[in-house]
Amino acid sequence: MIDTPQAAAAQSSNRAFTPGASPWLRFAVRRLGQLLLSALVLITASFLIIHLVPGDPVRAALGLNASQQLVDARRAQLGLNDPLWLQYGHYLRNLFTGQFGTSITSGLPVSQVIGQRLPATLALAGYSFLAAIVVAVPLGLTMGAATRGGRRRGTELAFTSASILLAAIPGFLLSVGLVYAFGVTLHWVPVAGKSGFSSYLLPIVSLAVGPALVLARILRVEVLSALRADYVRTARAKRLPAWRVYLLHVLPNALTATLTICGLLLAALIAGTVLVEYVFAWPGLGSTIVASIIAKDYPVVQGIVLVYGTGVLLINLIVDVALALLDPRSTIRES
Amino acid sequence: MAASLPGGRPPAGRKRRTGHFRRALRTPLGISAAVLLAVVLLLAVFAPLVWPSDASAIDTFNILRGPSARHWLGTNNLGQDVFYRVLVATRLSVGLALAATAIGVACGLLLGTAPLIVGRRAGRVVTSVINVAVAFPALLLALFFAVIFGVGAEGALLAIGFASAPAFARLVRTLSASVAGLDYIAAARIAGVSRIRLLTRHVLPNIGEPLIVNATIAAGDALLSFAGLSFLGLGVQAPSYDWGQLLNDGLQGIYTRPAAALAPGVAVVVAGLAFNLFGEALAAGLGLTSPRIGKLRAALAASAAKAAAAEPKTSSRTDAADSVLRVSNLEVSFPGGVHPVRGVSFTLNRGEAVGVVGESGSGKSLTALAVARLLEHPAHVSAAELTLLGQDLRAEDGRTGGGRTAGGRGRAAGAMSDRELRRFLGIKAGLVFQDPMTSFNPVKRIGAQLAEVAAEHHGLSRRQAGERAVDRLRAVRIPRPEHRARQFPHELSGGMRQRAMIGMAIMGEPALVIADEPTTALDVTVQRQVLRLLKSIQAGADGPARAAGSSDMALLFISHDITVVGQVCDRVLVMYAGKVVESLPTADLAARARHPYTRALLAAVPSMETPRELPLAVIPGRPADPADLPAGCAFAPRCAFADAKCLDADPSLVAGDAGGEVACWHVDRVLAAEPTATGPASALTADPESVNAAPVSGEAE
Repeated sequence: MIDTPQAAAAQSSNRAFTPGASPWLRFAVRRLGQLLLSALVLITASFLIIHLVPGDPVRAALGLNASQQLVDARRAQLGLNDPLWLQYGHYLRNLFTGQFGTSITSGLPVSQVIGQRLPATLALAGYSFLAAIVVAVPLGLTMGAATRGGRRRGTELAFTSASILLAAIPGFLLSVGLVYAFGVTLHWVPVAGKSGFSSYLLPIVSLAVGPALVLARILRVEVLSALRADYVRTARAKRLPAWRVYLLHVLPNALTATLTICGLLLAALIAGTVLVEYVFAWPGLGSTIVASIIAKDYPVVQGIVLVYGTGVLLINLIVDVALALLDPRSTIRES
Repeated sequence: MAASLPGGRPPAGRKRRTGHFRRALRTPLGISAAVLLAVVLLLAVFAPLVWPSDASAIDTFNILRGPSARHWLGTNNLGQDVFYRVLVATRLSVGLALAATAIGVACGLLLGTAPLIVGRRAGRVVTSVINVAVAFPALLLALFFAVIFGVGAEGALLAIGFASAPAFARLVRTLSASVAGLDYIAAARIAGVSRIRLLTRHVLPNIGEPLIVNATIAAGDALLSFAGLSFLGLGVQAPSYDWGQLLNDGLQGIYTRPAAALAPGVAVVVAGLAFNLFGEALAAGLGLTSPRIGKLRAALAASAAKAAAAEPKTSSRTDAADSVLRVSNLEVSFPGGVHPVRGVSFTLNRGEAVGVVGESGSGKSLTALAVARLLEHPAHVSAAELTLLGQDLRAEDGRTGGGRTAGGRGRAAGAMSDRELRRFLGIKAGLVFQDPMTSFNPVKRIGAQLAEVAAEHHGLSRRQAGERAVDRLRAVRIPRPEHRARQFPHELSGGMRQRAMIGMAIMGEPALVIADEPTTALDVTVQRQVLRLLKSIQAGADGPARAAGSSDMALLFISHDITVVGQVCDRVLVMYAGKVVESLPTADLAARARHPYTRALLAAVPSMETPRELPLAVIPGRPADPADLPAGCAFAPRCAFADAKCLDADPSLVAGDAGGEVACWHVDRVLAAEPTATGPASALTADPESVNAAPVSGEAE
C-alpha cells in the first residue's frame, strides 16, 4: 500500500502502457462486421423473394389475361431472364445507387412509392414509441417504489394482472375496439386517415398500450431489484432525499437493464404498424405492402421488406451501442 | 420465450413430468387457464358438429341486421348468424394455430440441432443465419414468407410456421447446449453412437419440458398472428372463415353493426390468453421462473414464539454531556413473532470506540441499522431512549421507522421533522458497510458519490463538494485521489473501495461512525490497514482538514471477529440472541471476561500456542433462532455452566466491580472454572476443558 509521496510517484511512472487498438475501435469493427453480415442476409432474402415464388411472378402479377408480349416485356425490364448470379449483382449495384426497381402494376419507381409512404409510418412508429416510454417509465418507477418490500400486495396484484391482460390484446384488435368506442359511439376523434394531430391519437394509443404496459411491468421488477441493492442502502444511509435516490441511483441502473427489451418492443411496434395502418387507413408503408402482396407486386414488396429490415437492424445497433456506452463496466468506456 | 432449464439434469422420466404438470395446475392461475383452454379446445372440436346448420344457414330476410333475439350478434351480408359463426370458427383458428406451431417446432428442432447432425462448419452457417433471423419480429418474417407462399390459408400456415422457426431453433440450441455439452456428444460419437440416436435418446428428452411450455405460449402467439394475417386478407379466404376473416368482414360494417366486429376480436383475445396463461402456469410449475418468496416471507411463515420480555435496563451512564449516542431498551421485531433484538442498551462517549461482537443471528447488524434509522417496514423498531448528541432520533410520524414508537406520543416541541432529522443524521452520522463493491452505485463515479453527501447536507456547490470529496479520499490515504475520484467503483481494488467508503462516511465530519463488518470482505493484510485507518481517523489524526476544536469521533464497530474488535475498540459489547450478555473494556478481554459465551468466543480463537494435536475449540450447538427463543437464558442450551435456573429465568445485565457488566446467573462458577456436572449442555460439550482454556490474547493475528 502506498504511504509516501515518493512511492506514489514511483507507481505512476511504472504504469504499463497498453499497446494495441483502443477498445472503441475493436468494438466498432466487431459490431459493424455483424451489421454487414446481417444486412447481407437481409438483402439476399429480399432478392430471393421474386425467385422463390412458384410460377412466373410477372404473369402472376399481371394476371392470366395479360398478353404474352406484355409479360415478356416486363420480364426483360426486370432482368428476369439473366442468370441468377448476374441478377444478384445487378440488384446489389442498383441498391447502392438507390434504385429499388419498378412496380409491376403501376410502373412507378419503387423508391418513389417508398418515399411517399415512409414518413407517415416513421411518424406513427416514432410517436408511439415515445408515448410508450413516457407512460412506462414513470409508471414502472412509481409502482416499484409503491410495492417495495412487500407493501401493497393488492396494488401489485392489480397492476400485474391488468397489465398482462391489456398487453395480451394485440394492437389491431385494440384499434378495432378504439374505433368502435371513439368513432362509433363517442365521435371524439377521427378514425381514418392522417389529417392533423387528433388523427394520430387512436393509432398511437393502440400501438403504444401493449409495449408501455410490458415495459412498465419489467421496469417495476428492475426497480425492485435495484432497491434491494446495497448501494441504495448506502444512498439512504447518506440521507439523500427520496427523489435523488430514485432518479439518480435507482433509475439509471433499472433502465440499463431494460434497454434490450426496449429494442425488442420497438421492433415489434414497427411490425404492429402494418396492421394498425390497415385499420385506420393510414397512408404508410404498411397498407402499401399489404396491397402489394395481394396484387403480387413483388418489386414493391422487396423494397418495403428492405426498409423494414434495415429499420430493425438499426434499432439493434443503437441498443448495442447504447448498452456499451451506458454500462461503465464494459470495456468501451475509458477510465 | 426465455424459459430454460438450469443446467444439466438427468433425463426426465415420465413420472416426474406428470408430477410437474399436476403441480403447475394447482395454482389459481393454472386452474383458470386450464379451464379456459379446455373450453376453447372443446369448442374447437365440437362446435362444427353441434351447430353446422346454425352457422351456415342463410336467412335472406335478415341480411345485415344488428343483434336481435333470434341472432344474438346479428347477421352478415348473407344473413348468416354471426354468433354461431364465431363459435364454429374456433376449429379453424385454433387448428391452424396449432398446426403452425407444430411446423415451427419441427423446423426449429431441425435447425437448432443442425450442428449436431450436419457437422460443425455447416452448422455454424446455419446458426449465423438463425441469429440474424431472430432479430426480426415474427410478423415481419410472416409477411416475408406470405409473399413467397402466396395468399390463402395454406400459405399463411406455412408463413407463420416458418416465421416462428428461428426462435425455436435458438431455444433448442440453448437448451441442448446446456444439457448435452458438446464434449459429451463428441465422446459418445467416438464411442460409435449414431448422431440420430444421440439426438433422440439423449438430447431431446431433456429439453422436452421447456420446449412444450414455449410451444404452448407460441401457440397463443400464432393464433394472434393468424388472426392478423386473415384480418389483412392474406390468410383464410372466403367462403372459409376464421376469426380474423370474420373480423375483416365485421370491420366493414363497424359503424352500424359493431357487435359483428367486436365478437371475433374478443374470441381471439380470450383464446390467445388461454394458451399464453396456460403456458406461463406450466412454466411456473416446472420451476422455470424465479420464486418470488423472499427471505422475510419465510420468516413470516414461522410459528409465533413467546416473546422474551426484556425489562427496561439502562447501562451505566457516564456524564451526559460527554455522550454521543444513548440507546436504551432498543427492540426490533418483525411480524410473526420474530424478535432479533430484545432490549439493547448502551452509551457511546466522545472519542470512544465501542465494538459489538456476536455470531450471525445475534442481532448486531440490526442493532446498528436500527440506531442509524435505516430499518423500514416491515421491521418494527422501538426504544425507551435513542438519542444522538442529545437529539431524539425516534421519528414521531413513523415514516422513517417501521411503526409507531413506544408510547406513540404526538410531535413534541423540540422533535425534528422528517427532513430535519434526515439532514441531522446525514451530517452527524456516517456509515460504513460490509461489502464496498455492492455498496457503491456501479454506474456513478466514486467522487460523485462522495460529493453527493456534501452537496445535499452542507449546501456546497458541485465544485466545492467535489474538492471536499477529493480531500476526504486523501484523508483515507488513497493515492492520486483526484484521479480516483473520477473512476468507477469497479476500477478500484477492494481495500481502496473500503477506504473510499470510509471517506464517504466522514464527508460531513460526523460525531458518530457506525461500521458494520467493515473488514469482513477484505483479506488480512488489507484488513489491518483499514483498521489502522479507522483508528487514526477516530483519534482525529487525519490532517489539517479537521477544524480546530472539533471533538473526536465516536465509533460503533460491529463484527463477528472478536480479535478485530479487540484491536480497534476501547470497549466491547458481546451480543447473543438479541441481547447484550456482557460489556467490558477491551483491556479486560484477555483475562477478565466473565460470561461463558465471551470466554468461549475467546477460547475459539487459535493462536501460536494452541496445541496442534487437540481438535480446535468450538462452541457446541447452534445459534438461537430469533423466531423461537427460550424463556430463560438464550445461551443455556450451549453453556457448560447452565442449570435449571438458567433455563427458567433470563438473567439481566448486572454491573460488576471492574466497570463491566455481565448477564449470567453463575459468574462465580465461571470465574472458578467449575462447569455444571449434570448441566444440560455438559452432554453437548465435546471437550469441557476447551471452554475453560486460557483465553487467548486479543491481539493475536
